[in-house]
Amino acid sequence: MSWFRKPSSTPLWQDEFPVFTADERYVNRRQFTKFLTLTSLAMFAGNLWILARSLFHRSPSYPRQPVAAAGEMEVGGVKMFAYPTAQDPCILVRTGSDSYVAYSQKCTHLSCAVYYEKDQNRLECPCHQGFFSVADGSVLQGPPQRALPRVALEMKGGQLTAVGMDGESA
Amino acid sequence: MNTNPPQNRGVTAIDGAMVLIVILLIVQIWLLSATLESYLAGHREAAVPGAIISAILFAACLGLYRFVDRIDSDIRQG
Ligand code: FES
Repeated sequence: MSWFRKPSSTPLWQDEFPVFTADERYVNRRQFTKFLTLTSLAMFAGNLWILARSLFHRSPSYPRQPVAAAGEMEVGGVKMFAYPTAQDPCILVRTGSDSYVAYSQKCTHLSCAVYYEKDQNRLECPCHQGFFSVADGSVLQGPPQRALPRVALEMKGGQLTAVGMDGESA
Repeated sequence: MNTNPPQNRGVTAIDGAMVLIVILLIVQIWLLSATLESYLAGHREAAVPGAIISAILFAACLGLYRFVDRIDSDIRQG
């Protein structure tokens, strides 16, 4: 049993380019259905690619990088830095006398730079009004679907050091 | 009595199959974007169910395409 069309007695070109309008409507529908099925195959390939990436994913190792000295910023102050590479802008916020948080500065919607809005105590993306919580980087409002990747910080000997990234798929 | 003209035979069935494929495809596109979002957010556990469901949706689309293809060739060969 063949999976698809029965072997046709007419040549392929006659099958695919019929001269009768009535036949043409079948060809058009069949070709459109074929196009949709190939699109479905492409979606499946996309899911397989994500699966392969997640199966062969290795946790990246992050460098230790000094970010700021204790007391260098006032409470509510911010400092920009780049981590883990020079192409990854991050924002450090001093939220209390000895609490600091740092996030990737790239909005998870379309990568605009987020900034800290002190009055509202939240991170804002000016491009499409996306708002993120300063406490954990989660989305408060707007088009972003994912929280901001958080920079893991360590305070030792009066020096604040970036030691890794949370919530980021490298 | 069948009032359907002969040149329309099977077109309704093909149209029905096409609508089903379009619905499955919309679900599959949504599934891909949701899996990608969760993968980028660091939740890799969504990748396996995402791929399995996508495979099932693709198999359903392929089955419907096969149905359309056979109707088309049956009708046009008489
Ligand atoms: S890029 Fe930030 S909300 Fe669109």
